[in-house]
Amino acid sequence: MNISRRFAPWILLAPFLATFAVFFVYPVFQSLLLACRQTFGNTASAWVGLDNFSRLAVDPMFWKAVANTFVFTLGSVFIQLPLALLLAILLQSPGIRGRGFYRLALFSPAMVGIPFSATMFAVIFEKRTGVLNQVLHRVVGFDLDYSWLQEHVMWALIVAALWMYTGFNMVFFSAALQNVRRDVAEAAIIDGAGPWNRFLHVTLPAIRPVAGFVVLLSVIGSFQLFELPWLMLNSTAGPDNRGLTVVMYLYQVGFETGNLGHASAVGWVLTVILAALAAVQRWSARGEEMGT
Amino acid sequence: MRGRRLQTLAVAASLAIASIITLLPFVWLACGSLKSNAIFFESLLLPRGDGLLGIDWRALTLDNYVRLFADLQFGRSLVLSVFYASLTSVLATASCAMGGYALARLPFRGSRPVTIAVLAAVLIPPPLLLAPGYQLLYHLNLLDTLSGMVLPALAPAFGVFLFRQAALSSVPRELLESARVDGSGELRTFLVVGLPLLRPMIGTFTVITFLGVWNNFITPQVVLQDPTKYPVSVAVASLRGIYYQDYGLQMAGVATAIVPLLIMFTLAQKDLVAGLTAGAVKG
Repeated sequence: MNISRRFAPWILLAPFLATFAVFFVYPVFQSLLLACRQTFGNTASAWVGLDNFSRLAVDPMFWKAVANTFVFTLGSVFIQLPLALLLAILLQSPGIRGRGFYRLALFSPAMVGIPFSATMFAVIFEKRTGVLNQVLHRVVGFDLDYSWLQEHVMWALIVAALWMYTGFNMVFFSAALQNVRRDVAEAAIIDGAGPWNRFLHVTLPAIRPVAGFVVLLSVIGSFQLFELPWLMLNSTAGPDNRGLTVVMYLYQVGFETGNLGHASAVGWVLTVILAALAAVQRWSARGEEMGT
Repeated sequence: MRGRRLQTLAVAASLAIASIITLLPFVWLACGSLKSNAIFFESLLLPRGDGLLGIDWRALTLDNYVRLFADLQFGRSLVLSVFYASLTSVLATASCAMGGYALARLPFRGSRPVTIAVLAAVLIPPPLLLAPGYQLLYHLNLLDTLSGMVLPALAPAFGVFLFRQAALSSVPRELLESARVDGSGELRTFLVVGLPLLRPMIGTFTVITFLGVWNNFITPQVVLQDPTKYPVSVAVASLRGIYYQDYGLQMAGVATAIVPLLIMFTLAQKDLVAGLTAGAVKG
């Protein structure tokens, strides 16, 4: 083995490994130590052991953040994903013209970053004058004074996320639907299976591996919700903390109160929850083959 | 057959309605950006009047855009965003392509531990790094600097993972072997044989990273202190006032910030969608 072969892998990996070690691996381990300290400003800190974690357990604000985040996640999984799947199925039904245009239109909000859509939705959701209430009022007689950003913050977030991510998830389901075998689907039609039975027994089993992955991605993303409510509510958690989420709590204790230790503890709780969810998903998908 | 046609029609109608609902906020945004604050809420889209199509065209104004660029230095934020996003996406794509290729196609001791570290890193949610990352930048004196913005974004484990998968599926071992037999060194083989085969993923990942940086709010918010260094994401968010809202101005800011994204998307959408789903389906 000559010198070039021996060192080539390390030369190619060097830029990644160097930045990865300094700006990822080191801070991850540092955050374990940091989670056991209380910091005051940028330089002073004191060892507090596991106090940061036990404080979380009894802090009603933290539990409020967890509950809100959970509600948003449920909305994403049970409202957004079924809608995305439905659109993907409609999009691939035979004889539709302008498929490319529909896909482009439905996917386009995924390009718009959170700071921009949040700024837009803050105006859309205003009560009385906001365009959403105005339109809903004219079309279905919806209450003009429905206060999305005061009383019903979680619903506002779920609706905004519906616009932002349904098309994005639809694209993944579209790819998964390529796994549905045409001959099996046609055999089911000949056997007289209705659309609902065909969906349950032909489509769903075929897309299960990808669907499981999409659900996991959606849950992981939902649990990290922060900038959307933060910016829609004008850099606050909203009235009575109705828009407070776990990562917003992390940001507030770390960068507004200035205790990076407390923030690191929240970060680790989040990490453990998400790792557990990923493990559950892998376990339930064991033996299934991903992809084509 | 008639039932079939009716069904197709219903499907097309639902898709059309869903598309209209999706596109409506963009239209509303564009209209709103042309209205002064005084008449912002008087009409849903454009102000009614006795002009062409029943619209009062004279009530529309470019004043919001003029103020953005002349008074609020929005141009500077746009240029900075282009700069941060291009620099980060080019460097991150280069380092991930090299790393992913090495992990997939070069046998060496250390390949396995590095791959395991990359897979474990994908599981770490980015918010965990907010506090220790801030502290690290403080100690390295990188807060409020360009390096502080760009360097931490150059090591996305996810990117190395994507390029590793791409190399496994689209760079055939035999091709590399014959290049070696012809006496090509490993680095040359990577540049001449490997890199061209990774082109689709290079395009996708550059676009994904560019979008990620352009749309990122929290990193510049935490890292930067000097408002003259703010990218467009922070600049748009800071158009919101506490007591007084200038709605037309905010909408003009959002419209300006997302136009580059939508143009880029229309140009690159096929590769982008293909790359995204390939990562998921084969993941």
